[in-house]
Amino acid sequence: MKHLLSAADLTRDDALLVLDTAQQLAQVADRPVKKLPTLRGRTVVNLFFEDSTRTRISFEAAAKRLSADVINFSAKGSSVSKGETLKDTALTLQAMGADAVVIRHGASGAPHTLAHSGWIEGSVVNAGDGTHEHPTQALLDAFTMRRHLGELHGRRVTIVGDVLHSRVARSNVLLLATLGAHVTVVAPPTLLPVGVEEWPCAFAYDLDEALPGSDVVMMLRVQRERMNAAFFPSAREYSRRYGLDRQRMDRLPEASIVMHPGPMNRGLEISAEVADHPRSVIVEQVTNGVSVRMAVLYLLLGGSESALGVTELAEVVA
Amino acid sequence: MPTAAFDEGRVRTVLDADDVQRALTRIAHEILERNKGATGVVLLGIPTRGVPLARRLAERMAAVEGTAVPVGSLDVTMYRDDLRLKPARGLEHTELPESGVDGAVVVLVDDVLFSGRTIRAALDALGDLGRPTAVQLAVLVDRGHRELPIRADFVGKNLPTSTSETVRVTLEELDGHDGVVLAESDSAGEDERA
Repeated sequence: MKHLLSAADLTRDDALLVLDTAQQLAQVADRPVKKLPTLRGRTVVNLFFEDSTRTRISFEAAAKRLSADVINFSAKGSSVSKGETLKDTALTLQAMGADAVVIRHGASGAPHTLAHSGWIEGSVVNAGDGTHEHPTQALLDAFTMRRHLGELHGRRVTIVGDVLHSRVARSNVLLLATLGAHVTVVAPPTLLPVGVEEWPCAFAYDLDEALPGSDVVMMLRVQRERMNAAFFPSAREYSRRYGLDRQRMDRLPEASIVMHPGPMNRGLEISAEVADHPRSVIVEQVTNGVSVRMAVLYLLLGGSESALGVTELAEVVA
Repeated sequence: MPTAAFDEGRVRTVLDADDVQRALTRIAHEILERNKGATGVVLLGIPTRGVPLARRLAERMAAVEGTAVPVGSLDVTMYRDDLRLKPARGLEHTELPESGVDGAVVVLVDDVLFSGRTIRAALDALGDLGRPTAVQLAVLVDRGHRELPIRADFVGKNLPTSTSETVRVTLEELDGHDGVVLAESDSAGEDERA
């Protein structure tokens, strides 16, 4: 597997390999020299068609810590604003010798197109495509959960909020199911996608019922930029029914943790008090993102071929 | 690495369990002699088999000196020069003792010294972790065929080999018993420990 496009492409072994590798790489952050020579001479392009702070910076830091050369490309201020197509942009990157392209795009499936079009030879890493997937976010979330809870098998994870538009929720549900965790998505009916009953998770409409049994509560951002229809009557009502405040947090089991992929709408899906509470691991998620993305880049680019999807490959050969 | 797969006729035992114990005891004393005691000495094992070897050396040195000897492990995977020749692989654990390596005499410990490339990688890895006063190398077996200007300071057994042979070290902690065997390898130069 040369690309990382979907959390569903990862077998249990692949996912555990990424998480174990990330755990070793996390040590690099504490060393006097925060750099490994592994990807020296390789070029990683961050191709961002959508705004992003933490994901882009995180991928950039990860690639740089592995000594890769990083080229940042954002659609704003590039030829894309003059009407250049994805294909022409890709051909330009190929001509520059990109070994990996980290792509964020507003259209679901854009990374898939890039990976399978033959426009570029390098690895494609999906850094969020439309409302589809964000696999490295799911991996860093799983990594963070594992640090606090140990093995995820049998753990209960509740994902709350705008599941309909959330690529984070989709990737998390797929990855956590692979890792054997029990996931429940909670949202108002208007913010659950059609076909959610086919997902490898449970779903519910009432947050207060789901909370007492949760080891992890992951709050999703209310995506105002995608709210082009009336999905709920008012922000205030949403916050009352689906926001995580102090009273709700007190009903969680003792050792549980609170997560949020960021950026947060403080006061809407999560209260400031909860966001800054010791049980909130939101800042740690950002730190872990760098280690997990280092692991993904290393496993995809570090050797003569990718270390991911090896089990699949072996089966095909056999 | 499994050892059971070798054809009995082509396997020769080089060191048995007692020989391994004696070699380690001697190396432990040599390290103490060279460094005039255990003060400031840190042992770092290179995974996989260097790690239990380093622990055993540390125990022996502590028994002689009466003070604990800091011991850790150093994974060199990310520093190897053959990374791009093989599929990417998982990482081993790096764990430095509390005291770190700055200003210490670091003794790297590995099971087999072959091309010297692992040690080259270890020196690079060490350089990113701190600045030891000196670095020394202890190996259980030196099988020759160096490809780099690297030599061991402490050697359990000098073992002349042909490149078509494979040296297999087994240790109590990982394989259930101690020993070193020399086997005719089907794929010459396949030995991954260098």
